[in-house]
Amino acid sequence: MQELMKKYLRYLPHRFCAGCGNGIVLNCFVRAIDQLKLDTDSYLCVSGIGCSSWIPSPYLNLDTFHTLHGRAIAYATGAKVANNKLNVIVFTGDGDGAGIGGNHLIHAARRNIDLTVLLLNNYTYGMTGGQVAPTTPHASLTSTSPYGNPERPFDLCKLVEAAGATYVARWTVFQPRALIKSMKEAILHKGFSFIEILSPCPTEYGRRNQLSIRDYLNYFKELSNPQGNGSKIPLGVFVKKEAPEFCMQLNLIKMKAQGKRGEKID
Amino acid sequence: MKPGRYLVLGDIACAEGAIYAGCSLFAGYPITPATEIAEYLSRRLPECNGYFLQMEDEIASSAAIIGASWAGAKAMTATSGPGFSLMQENISYAYHTETPIVIVVVQRSGPSTGQATYPAQQEFYQARYGAHGDYESIVLSPNSVQEAFDMTIRAFNLSEMYRLPVILLMDGAIGHMREELIIPKPETIQIEYRYKLGDPQTRENQILPMGQFGEGHKLLVTGSAHEISGKRNYAPEVHSATIRRICSKISNASDIIEIESRYLDDAKAVIISYGISARPAYGAVLALRKKGIKVGFIRFKTLWPFPDIILQKLMNEDINHVFVVEMNNGMAVREVQRVIKNAKIISVTQLGGVIPSMESIIKKVEAQMECKN
Repeated sequence: MQELMKKYLRYLPHRFCAGCGNGIVLNCFVRAIDQLKLDTDSYLCVSGIGCSSWIPSPYLNLDTFHTLHGRAIAYATGAKVANNKLNVIVFTGDGDGAGIGGNHLIHAARRNIDLTVLLLNNYTYGMTGGQVAPTTPHASLTSTSPYGNPERPFDLCKLVEAAGATYVARWTVFQPRALIKSMKEAILHKGFSFIEILSPCPTEYGRRNQLSIRDYLNYFKELSNPQGNGSKIPLGVFVKKEAPEFCMQLNLIKMKAQGKRGEKID
Repeated sequence: MKPGRYLVLGDIACAEGAIYAGCSLFAGYPITPATEIAEYLSRRLPECNGYFLQMEDEIASSAAIIGASWAGAKAMTATSGPGFSLMQENISYAYHTETPIVIVVVQRSGPSTGQATYPAQQEFYQARYGAHGDYESIVLSPNSVQEAFDMTIRAFNLSEMYRLPVILLMDGAIGHMREELIIPKPETIQIEYRYKLGDPQTRENQILPMGQFGEGHKLLVTGSAHEISGKRNYAPEVHSATIRRICSKISNASDIIEIESRYLDDAKAVIISYGISARPAYGAVLALRKKGIKVGFIRFKTLWPFPDIILQKLMNEDINHVFVVEMNNGMAVREVQRVIKNAKIISVTQLGGVIPSMESIIKKVEAQMECKN
């Protein structure tokens, strides 16, 4: 375990709060790439702004690209198109990826560009102190919904599926083995892969909604029980299909353009 | 386009200039009067082994070219005022991460949607100060279709040499004007490339070599305050050193500023302009000289860094009137006022999306010169 962390991490300890799910996701990701045994130089980890964006940067000893709030997928799109060989992983959160960056999320899914998006959903804006997010459950308390959240949350898996994503899954940090397997599938999948990872934020969200870390774990445990509670939040792999990948399409366009018109500058 | 003579739009000349400069990725979003650049490159880039991306908005476009630049591409976007506003946060990121990109802004009349199809020169300050934080900018201003081509190449060269974003500040009149373009033989065009991490060469002015994703450098690229290695560090001395170093790349450079000057030897007055409005301004200079009024002419080809010292040196002691002609409510004139202290500075402005006429400039100059006599 320690050897694995030494191999893939630049720094320890990390700065995540007690009870945060970020460390588990970091741990799962390191195991996933270790098991995949792909060339580590091929990985590019892109993140935006927020707690989840600190998972790759600065900890992962891979190419890391810590960009702007909401824009990680747009930065990743440029990098992936410029160098198709990169294995581009976007680490984002619910505020970063579904709030301010929601437009980039649906358009990347629509293009079916070969990115792997790991979206940690902790139901809140953690880094800025627990404000209401597009994923906050209705009526929940946050620092900007003191009377209860008047809005309804996104179902992100349905959103990206409708937008055209070709690999869609949802897990919780309570299921590391399933998550590692899913991460490996998502990285190897040629097309837009999306994994929503439900993750606890006891510091900012749990505190205001009387959820201890034990309550979180029990909740995730219930969700993960297929016979369980008649949950409205299903887990698992929902979409896994083949469709033309964006970079491949662009390369076909190149061939078409160059075949039709020989004129090239020297 | 092969080397030769053409009759083309300024936007097309700009796009073809990008091809000759080695641009391999364009990401953009349609906006008048810059759309033709995207349209042309959507056909042309794949022919030249490059990539064209139409993104979901200008925010994504500017983000994508920064991502592409770090993956090794020479990358560009093109937009107009409203899109340029949307790009500012990403441009700030490019300054702080020292990312070479080219942003073409074909100015139209604002504010807001304004007169979307009419030309203007209102982004003089936005191009310099539009993004947040401390930085120095390189902003070029073409005034012909030929210069749209030449300066696009120069914009790429400067961005690669200085490892910074460069803004080509065209206006709708240049972008949508057809005139002669001469494309020289590729071997006569100077093309610059960034120094990459691991290259033995170094550049002056503390310009660092640039890493590239996928080459094993395990890069840390961040918009947070960082050390040279990219490691996040908020220490006051680290961040101030970074910002001063990035700014000094431009403030210490001597090869960025280009300026055109004519008839200054005997001038009693001088007309200063840039972009499309420099054309009627120059016409006014010639007409006034025919009438015996000794007027000189200065045209800024580089708007930023502002040519403080060069401008002071160009002023002879007899010049007591300086007219600044521009298509906004008076922007560059403020910089001229800051720099020139011993002459009367007169702002000649034209709003409404209209190019100022020669006659209107002549009238303004004559009125001032007469009132002096």
